[in-house]
Amino acid sequence: MSRDNKTAHHLTYPRFLLSAFWRASEGSWVFYTWMTALTAIALVGAHAWALQLANGMAVTAMTDHVSWGLYIANFTFLVGLAAGGVMMVVPAYLYDDHDMHDVVIIGELLAVAALVMALLFVVVDLGRPDRFWHMLPGIGRFHWPISMLSWDVIVLNGYLLLNLHVCGYLIYTRYLGKKPDPRWYRPFVFLSIAWAFSIHTVTAFLYAGLGGRPFWNSALLAPRFLASAFVTGPAFIVLVLQIVRRTTRFTVPEGAIQRLLSILRVTVLVNLFMVASEIFTIFYSGGAHAAAGRYLFLGLHGHAELVPWIWTAISFNVLAAIVIHTPALYRDRRVLNAALILTFVGVWIEKGMGLIVPGFVPSTLHEIVPYAPSKAEWQVCAGVWAFGLMIFTVIMKVGLQAMTGEMRAPSAESDAHTINNDDHAEEAR
Amino acid sequence: MADAKDSTSATDTTVKRRVALKVLATTLGAGAFAKAIAPIQQFTASTNAQEWLQKHYRELSSRELREVLARLEAETKQKYGREVTIEDVRPQAGVQFAYALNLSVCIGCRRCVEACHQENNHDRASHNSYIRVLEMEQGSMDMERGRADYDHPVRDEGKFYLPVQCQQCENPPCTKVCPVEATWKEPDGIVVVDYNWCIGCRYCEAACPYHARRFNWRKPEVPAHEINPKQSYLSNRIRPQGVVEKCTFCLHKTRKGELPACLEACPTGARVFGNVLDPNSSIRWVLENKRVYVLKEELGTRPRFFYFFDK
Repeated sequence: MSRDNKTAHHLTYPRFLLSAFWRASEGSWVFYTWMTALTAIALVGAHAWALQLANGMAVTAMTDHVSWGLYIANFTFLVGLAAGGVMMVVPAYLYDDHDMHDVVIIGELLAVAALVMALLFVVVDLGRPDRFWHMLPGIGRFHWPISMLSWDVIVLNGYLLLNLHVCGYLIYTRYLGKKPDPRWYRPFVFLSIAWAFSIHTVTAFLYAGLGGRPFWNSALLAPRFLASAFVTGPAFIVLVLQIVRRTTRFTVPEGAIQRLLSILRVTVLVNLFMVASEIFTIFYSGGAHAAAGRYLFLGLHGHAELVPWIWTAISFNVLAAIVIHTPALYRDRRVLNAALILTFVGVWIEKGMGLIVPGFVPSTLHEIVPYAPSKAEWQVCAGVWAFGLMIFTVIMKVGLQAMTGEMRAPSAESDAHTINNDDHAEEAR
Repeated sequence: MADAKDSTSATDTTVKRRVALKVLATTLGAGAFAKAIAPIQQFTASTNAQEWLQKHYRELSSRELREVLARLEAETKQKYGREVTIEDVRPQAGVQFAYALNLSVCIGCRRCVEACHQENNHDRASHNSYIRVLEMEQGSMDMERGRADYDHPVRDEGKFYLPVQCQQCENPPCTKVCPVEATWKEPDGIVVVDYNWCIGCRYCEAACPYHARRFNWRKPEVPAHEINPKQSYLSNRIRPQGVVEKCTFCLHKTRKGELPACLEACPTGARVFGNVLDPNSSIRWVLENKRVYVLKEELGTRPRFFYFFDK
């Protein structure tokens, strides 16, 4: 920021924050209703979590047989959603897609919100969250580089910081009415592209590295995680872009939506292909190692708790794949949006409950102890999602208003730009 | 709020009204949040500052360790109403423990399960134990065909019985995955947990191929008169809520030359325990003279728990 030595950041930054707080809490009745509803759900979740802490994790349906459940399922899914945002960053920065460049910040903001949720899901899964400091390097005993979980802590927090920096920097400079200095964010953007792949790879390695769990102990797990992440990310963002178009002054070029849909057309199929590969390996070779897969897809020894879940997931994904490849269907935005929701939910099931639970059923001693989340788990889960959506709404509100120039510092150099991020786009050219 | 003042349409009064409304909403929200998370007080009351600040077992000086043990004894008295002694029993030099189990002799009576339950001060309601016994089909080593929930007089025709507990692996997958080094392998081969350091993520439970680990889903409850008062820090002291625990080969006994509770309880003599470095030990004799095998050898965990058949 050599050319604006005059900017007194110690004065403008607090004003920026105040302004952001003010704007984050301004809106229509729809906005207030949305935020109030989310607050209510988040409070229900917070209460359920507090009770879990007080009474022990026995309030969940988890057992020594199925020792991870809905929380870790959501954690896994949300890491994917965070990584999925990179499917906007790659076209915008590596392929100079200008339409995408105009809206890329939405992918970065999504990563922030999804990571906050993912980290919260880890916290609510801890038996002793009060001892989190044991993990801090220096004062605790951080088991790096041996434990994959220590890697995950690093990559998830690192990715959160990277995205906070890039978004925060862009939003703040837009607020000041200045051109963002590429040196302050481009290197971080490129780092974040590689980092996005790492967060989901490391999360897959958490499971894939466990020799005692044949269902997870597969080299396909990390590629499969990435493929499904690149389904949920673009699907969610296309839905969000349409909401942004209707509710804000931020311009969303159609090219960006079309690009995301072309990515989705490939990733949906790649994801289904990988699921099919897993199914082939399980059922053609058979044997004891296939027991978990058999339990998931067909049921085992009279237990079929997950069978309806996984076939729902697969049918949703197949249906979505058909829609987004059939012009007569996807030209109708309502049909397209329904398909996007279907595939989002499909992956949530497949990669959530459909991935975590069969790791534990049958158990390592081949006992079948079924698991279905308890009411407390559903409440905590809804609470974390509600809180994450609140964060997403607020940062989107502030971020987009800074981009359009609606939120400007009083001292901002007056310029004619009222359309979003044309400097941002110019810089890309 | 600079922003709001700039807007030409907003008059001073509407801005003031909005500020008042926002302050009110924030206050209400904060109040509701405080109310929602109020049950946390029950949790914080169950712990204390010394416990929260306590260092990792292996970083405690001998003075700090003495203070910790005294504190834990006082807490047990206060919470469970029983005078207990909690020792820190260290591994002996020149000792490597191993266990062997004769499957031809085991009748599946589960007395080892019960002995473990009592010796290790397990939660009474869940009837927890570190040992699970599988009833297996004669002629198959496939655990998928075994049952842990058999409920009939033993031993049953055409069956054999496979008790499984911590295998104290040479290459333990559970210690590797722990993000905070709360579990490790001791010099005598026993894998232990510092219950006051574990954060309760249960990654070790997912990593163990032998279902050897247990989590304290709630605060363990043991009536005062049933508590085993001879306790040690790394083994059978009553565990806190929300942490992982496991079989320690009863190190509070075995490191003093006694035998593990499960072996003492066995009516058939199926269990053999000892120091493999002692050439005259019975465990050494079994390992040298019997065709022993280990569970899930293909995983490369290298268990210190061996099984064999007599005939």
